[in-house]
Amino acid sequence: MSEKELKVTKIENGTVIDHIPAGKALDVIRILGITGKENYTVAILMNVESKKLGKKDLIKIENRVLEPREAKLISLVAPEATLNVISNFEVKEKYKLEPPEMIEGLIKCPNELCITNKQDEPILPKLKVVKGLKIVLECIYCGATLTSEEITKFIL
Amino acid sequence: MWLNRDVISVLDFSKEELLDLFNKAKQIESIRENSFSNLKGKVLATAFFEPSTRTRLSFQAAMLRLGGTTLDLGEPTVSSLAKGENISDTVRMLDYYSDVIVIRHKLEGVSRYAAEICEHPVINAGEGTKEHPTQTMIDLYEVWKTFKSLENLTYAIVGDIKHARTISSLILSFSIFKPKKVYLISPLELRAKEKIKSFMESNGILYEELTTLSEVLEEADVFYITRIQKERFSDPYEYEKVKGSYVITLEHTKKMKEGAIILHPLPRVDELSPKVDSTKNAAYFSQARGGLYLRMALLRAILTGD
Repeated sequence: MSEKELKVTKIENGTVIDHIPAGKALDVIRILGITGKENYTVAILMNVESKKLGKKDLIKIENRVLEPREAKLISLVAPEATLNVISNFEVKEKYKLEPPEMIEGLIKCPNELCITNKQDEPILPKLKVVKGLKIVLECIYCGATLTSEEITKFIL
Repeated sequence: MWLNRDVISVLDFSKEELLDLFNKAKQIESIRENSFSNLKGKVLATAFFEPSTRTRLSFQAAMLRLGGTTLDLGEPTVSSLAKGENISDTVRMLDYYSDVIVIRHKLEGVSRYAAEICEHPVINAGEGTKEHPTQTMIDLYEVWKTFKSLENLTYAIVGDIKHARTISSLILSFSIFKPKKVYLISPLELRAKEKIKSFMESNGILYEELTTLSEVLEEADVFYITRIQKERFSDPYEYEKVKGSYVITLEHTKKMKEGAIILHPLPRVDELSPKVDSTKNAAYFSQARGGLYLRMALLRAILTGD
């Protein structure tokens, strides 16, 4: 995709998250906790043409490198996404996100009656990633499930 | 196969393993003496954070009859839970003191968590509204003894389908032993949760939801009765309207087909007339008695491998 088509300039340093399924960019923004009040540039492109996906979303974030925790969470809402680490206007690293087998301590179990939601217990929520047509998370303790659409509501 | 196994969900066991367990239970049941020394020196700990009569006592009786001993956490008011000790620390202590831990809690996932932190096997004795695996094993054991098979039977499950963990746990087992059909009979307010229905659909379990019992009386092989929980109704009038539809009487048994059995995980309140007790359909006391043998077989299997 050319710059002309996107009408967004290259970033000098930071991260480009490409091949986000159309409509999921705002979920990714929520995962990253971006409110717009940060003092770095964020470009969100939604529903742009993509050979691979038909339509896709894309996010460019200036001066921010994602943490492994963030990449894991993004992989759940955008399992096809690619992450580009930009340094001095060049792509220094590029990798495809792969949803992990298990998410530990990052997402709360949606079941209020689950032991993992009891305040005084030294237990981290562990959700198994069930990969099908859509990603579903399943609490290994109580069996409650969470769809990828609901994930952003339960991030710890 | 059995040694040191945790018992958290009926789905953790295969058809072969469950049938093996039923055979072990039947073998114990067939011995009149009913007193063994297989578990001499072993200690069973019961930790019931919710009330229980049958489950707690039958696990304790099973352990004692196998030659072992028991210790009980007691009411939350008399243990350190009253001082604010968490479940994790409490369970760890029981793990140090005993060889097997039987746990019941209103929170979900407690037994799987306990199994994760304990060295010794953990048995889920009922948790939240979802699972009560040993009750399901007992239910299946009774059906297996009666029909010599667990496949291709028609079940009429009656009562609080939404909240009764004995029901949801039994439904989970239908993915292992496929029934012919399952009728879920309850007031509209107490119908099965979506998750249970989608479980049945994805496992090819044929089911139908009904509000009255009369139309399946002649069809079902197994009637599984549970209490309609009055306290769950938002409108007491609605409860009054439906409650009579779910009381099993002598008249009902007359319409049941030859050989049909009535199960109930007990305790019963008013949904099962005592007049039914003397009919040949009444299998709930045999079911409760079988619970002892099933739990004996289970304890012996996970503590000795036999």
